This record gives sequence, C-alpha cells and structure tokens, in this order.
Amino acid sequence: MTAPAEAMAAHPTPTQNEKSDDSLLQIRGLKKRFSLSGDFLEQLRFKGGKLVRHQEYVHAINGVDLDIKRGEALCVVGESGCGKSTVARMVMGLITPSEGEVRYAGERIDNLSSRQLLPYRKRMQMIFQNPYASLNPRMTIQQTLEEPLRLHHPDWHREKIDAKVEDVMQSVGIDPDWGKRFGHEFSGGQRQRIAIARALAVDPEFIVADEPISALDVSIQAQVLNLLMEAQQERNLTYLFITHDLAVVEHFGTRVAVMYLGTVCEIATTSTLFAKPRHPYTQALLSAIPRLEDDRPQHIRLSGEVPTPVNLPSGCVFHGRCPHANARCKQEIPVLQTQDDGTRVACHAVEEGRL
Amino acid sequence: MTTTTPSVPGRWQRFRDSYLWYSFKRDYTAQLCFAIFVCLVFAAFSAPLLAPTNPYDLAQIDILASELPPFWIDGADANYTLGTDAQGRDLLSVILYGTRVSLLIGFGAVALQALLGVTFGLMAGYLGGRVDAFLMRLADIQLSFSTLMVAIVVGAVVKASFGSSFYSSYAVLMLVLIIGLAEWPQYARTVRASVLAEKNKEYVDAARVMGLRSKRIMFRHVLPNTLSPIFVISTVQIANAIISEAALSFLGLGMPETHPSLGSLIKSGFDYIQSGSWWITLIPGAVLVVLVLSINLLGDWLRDVMNPRLYKG
Repeated sequence: MTAPAEAMAAHPTPTQNEKSDDSLLQIRGLKKRFSLSGDFLEQLRFKGGKLVRHQEYVHAINGVDLDIKRGEALCVVGESGCGKSTVARMVMGLITPSEGEVRYAGERIDNLSSRQLLPYRKRMQMIFQNPYASLNPRMTIQQTLEEPLRLHHPDWHREKIDAKVEDVMQSVGIDPDWGKRFGHEFSGGQRQRIAIARALAVDPEFIVADEPISALDVSIQAQVLNLLMEAQQERNLTYLFITHDLAVVEHFGTRVAVMYLGTVCEIATTSTLFAKPRHPYTQALLSAIPRLEDDRPQHIRLSGEVPTPVNLPSGCVFHGRCPHANARCKQEIPVLQTQDDGTRVACHAVEEGRL
Repeated sequence: MTTTTPSVPGRWQRFRDSYLWYSFKRDYTAQLCFAIFVCLVFAAFSAPLLAPTNPYDLAQIDILASELPPFWIDGADANYTLGTDAQGRDLLSVILYGTRVSLLIGFGAVALQALLGVTFGLMAGYLGGRVDAFLMRLADIQLSFSTLMVAIVVGAVVKASFGSSFYSSYAVLMLVLIIGLAEWPQYARTVRASVLAEKNKEYVDAARVMGLRSKRIMFRHVLPNTLSPIFVISTVQIANAIISEAALSFLGLGMPETHPSLGSLIKSGFDYIQSGSWWITLIPGAVLVVLVLSINLLGDWLRDVMNPRLYKG
C-alpha cells in the first residue's frame, strides 16, 4: 500500500500549538477500570479470620489525554489490549469512563444521558471493525440506512429519506438497487461500505473508526481506506482512527498517538513520528516494520511480555521492558511533555536528554 | 418500516429458497406430523360445522343413549360414529369440541408465556445488572412452584372467593392464566441466553451509537435475531401446555364436565373403563397422544433445522 502524495497533501497542515480552540474533541485524564470481582457476594473473602471485601480491576485506561483537531485524522496505534478500542468506545459513550472527561466542541459529553446525547449522535458516528457483525442480519440495507435518518429527522417525508439513502449509497459506491437485499448477500468490503454509508447518512462531522479495515481482505483494504479519505475531503470530516497497522497510519494519519498499556506514550505528526520516533516503545514499534530493502533487519528486541493490566507496574508502565530505564522510571509516572518540534512524549529519558 | 414495493426476491420466493422449506420437503415425518396437526386444528376449530351434535346443548343429549359403543362393535347406533359417553353425548362431537378447548388453552397459555417470558428475558439479558438479577430470581422462584401447585392454590382461592360457578364459567381463562404464569420462566431463560449472545455483537453497538432507545434496540434489533430459539421452544411449550391442561382437568382442577376438554373427557370416562365402556377414555386419550406427538415431532424437526450446529446446508 503506497501513500499517494496528493492524498497526503490534501490534509490540512497540522498546527504545532495545543490550544483548545481548534480542537473538536478533548479527552482529559481519562481512566477506565473493569471489575474482575463479580458481584458483592463474590467479593467477600476471609482474611485472617475477618470477612473483607476484596476487589480486583483491569486497569484498561490509565489517564489518557488527547486533542483531536478539526479536519484531521488522528490515528491511535498500539498492540492488542493496550486500550485503543476502549478509548474509542468511551468517546462514543458506549462505555462510561471511571474518571476523566470527554469534551466535544467544548461541551462535556461523557456524563450525559442517552437522551441528552442525541444531538451529538448526529454529529459523531462510528465505524466498527467487523462488517460481518455490524449489520443487523434481519434488516435490509434500505432499512439499515433509513433507521438513523428516521430517528434524527422525524419531520422528513418518505421521498426525502429515499433520496438521501440513494445519495449516500452512491457516495460509498453501492448500487442503490441493492437496498432490498440483506447484509449476508454482500462481501466483506461491500458490507463495510454499507456500514460507512450508515455512519455518513446523518452527515456527521466526526467519525470514530475502530480498526475499520483490519477484518477485510488486503486487496479490499486500500479501496475502503481510499473511500474514507475521499469522504474526509468531500465532507471535511475529522477522524479518530484506531488501528494496529503502521502502513495504514503512514498513508492515512495526520497525527499519530502511540498507546502502551492504557497510556499514551507519544503523540506526533505522522511525518515526524516516522522520521524521528522519540519514545523507546515507538522506536521498537517502528523498527518492527518489515522493509523490502532490509537484508539485515535491525529490530529492537524488547525483552519480556506486556505486564498484566490487573497489577500495573509502578512508575512508567514501560520501565520493565525499556532498555533506557533507570531508578526514576520505576517510581515516577512520566507525563506528556511538548518537545521543540511539537511532539509530545511521556518519557523521563527523553526529558533528561539521555535519549 | 415495511417496504410496500414488491421486493426483488419476494417473501414467498425467499421462503421457497430457504433451508427450512428444503428440509421440510425431504422430511416425511415432519410432513406427516404437519398434516395431522393441521387436520386436527382445522377439525377442532370448525367443530360447530363438522360435529353431528352440539354437546353443550342439553336438548340434544339423550341420557337413554349413554355408553353406546363405537361403530365397529355390536350394539352400536349408526347416529353415533364413535359411540356416546356416560351422559349420552356423541363422543365424536365431544372430542371435536374438547380438542378445540384444549388447543385454545394450549395456544392461549403459550401466548401469555411468550409475552411475559420474551419481555422479561429481553429486559434481563439486555439491561443486565440488577434488573437481570431480580428477574432471574423471580423466574427461579416461579419454577420452584409446580404448575399443579399454582393451579390448586389459584383454583382454591378463586372458588372460595367467587364461587365455583364463576370458576366454571371462566375456566378457559383461568387455565390460560395458570399455565401461562407458571411456565414463563422457560421462555425468559431461553430468550435471555440468546440476548446475551446477541447484545455483544457490533450491530447492537451501531444501533446505540445511532442514538436509538433501549426499547427500540431490544424489540427491533435484538428480538428478531433471537426468533429461532423462540420458535423451537414454542412448539415444545404448546405440547406441554396441552398436557398440563389435560393433567389438571384429569385431576378435576380444569375444565368442568359440561364444557369438557380432552383431559376432562379422559377423566369422565375413567370411571367406566372397568365396566367395559373403554372408548370413553381411550378415544380422547388417543387423540391427545396423536396431537401432542405430532407437535413434539414438528418441534424436533424445527430444532434440527434451526440449530446452526446441525446445519449442513
């Protein structure tokens, strides 16, 4: 998958400052714990002759700060289980955060009721990973695409809805005559186009895409990705794009946020990140991309495994596997700090100039 | 939401192309059972037209013609094909009317079970948490009372407070209520289990992201995808409800002798089985067995067709 130069140039040039004026979505101090302990009765344990309440949590997200600017495509990358999808789901209100806040266009949305969220549902939409599961198997494509329109535009009459459905189907490259068919009659790529059409039907300005192409055949991935980029140009969309595919990031992203174990370790513009990765984890991640010209690959081999999110390591979550870790890394949690080129890195070694 | 324009493959055409129809065409047991079931249902519900006499009309009953044998035994009266019962009612007419009562109670009770069970099961599965815990404990409590016990208690309370003539005149309704209330947890548990599997699928998340209310997601998105197990359990439950009704009537807790169901017919003939009039019990008994067996075999076939693990299409 090669990056077409014109597509890259079409992205608005990212600004260096982190002012909140131009950011569409702000995430501040977001945390999410999932309880492992079951209900109240299952939490009771005998300890030293006394009945105590014992609770265990998976710390899925541990303080994430992100700003998404209008018109950009912010890619979030990281390995499985690092909390990328959980962030996406919290942004969309599918999961409520344990702590922290999500602001959309300056308004806090994470604590709203589903009725209060309704106006935002029209402005922000989501595309899911698995197109085989994201279309209701008992509904025709027409019904699937009509449903959001009927909900958000109760005053629209039949002809207007039909026209809009036809319009949105055409815009994703689906023949409007296929509306009477069911989801299972289509291929994966076609289904994902239909899912994109459903998200675009209400004319949103912000789209969360949770690994939208990773379930697709490689030959289809580029088509769907180009469709998403076309939609961005035509409709001036803002994307939060979750992926684990670095080639896609290079092709698609304006900026990239790298996540590890529920924290953001580096945010940079795509070109900066690929040219000059700062965080030791980002460096290891980028060195793992297989390259054709490599006859002697220089992978940075990380020792050990990702620690369990049930018992988080003290200090920097990466210190156990980091080749540059010292005593400070084991005690103090690093925060994101802006570098001179606008990159934000959460690393003591970078801050101290050791790296 | 229904498209009025003729859809491309058409509903009928889709049915003809479906695995359900394909499997039905090849399964002779299912075809036979379906034919028997349809015949019985048709005969029962057109009983006022088909039956030679009206067993509810006292003027048409001749007590002198009681305990006449069916036509193939000596001493039979040509007017009474299947003989008469102890009160001189034409057995064929009583069976037709009785089957109608049994089916009515069976379908009514299952409709009530399905209404309660599907609603509670959907709520428990989709909303989860305390709603789930509360409804499922309620189901456990309900299941710990047997249908018989509920019937005895409700019957006794109603008879004591309103008199037994009131109970007799509303017996069909009472039996529907009793059997419906006693067996809803079967539905609730089945529906809850399939809802738990469905609600984590992405189309439910997509509906939530769209901003749809929980009620609409439950009934419009999740429920249609849990229909297969509901169909299968319905066949089993109809057979069960008919059996329950027969058992209650046999014990004298169900339909009164004046408006007999199959169960109360079997009971009324039971006293005469030793005196040689076996047909009063055995013929309604055979009808009951054939009815329940055909429903159960149809249910078996439906379960095989709709179980994706056995699906080999």
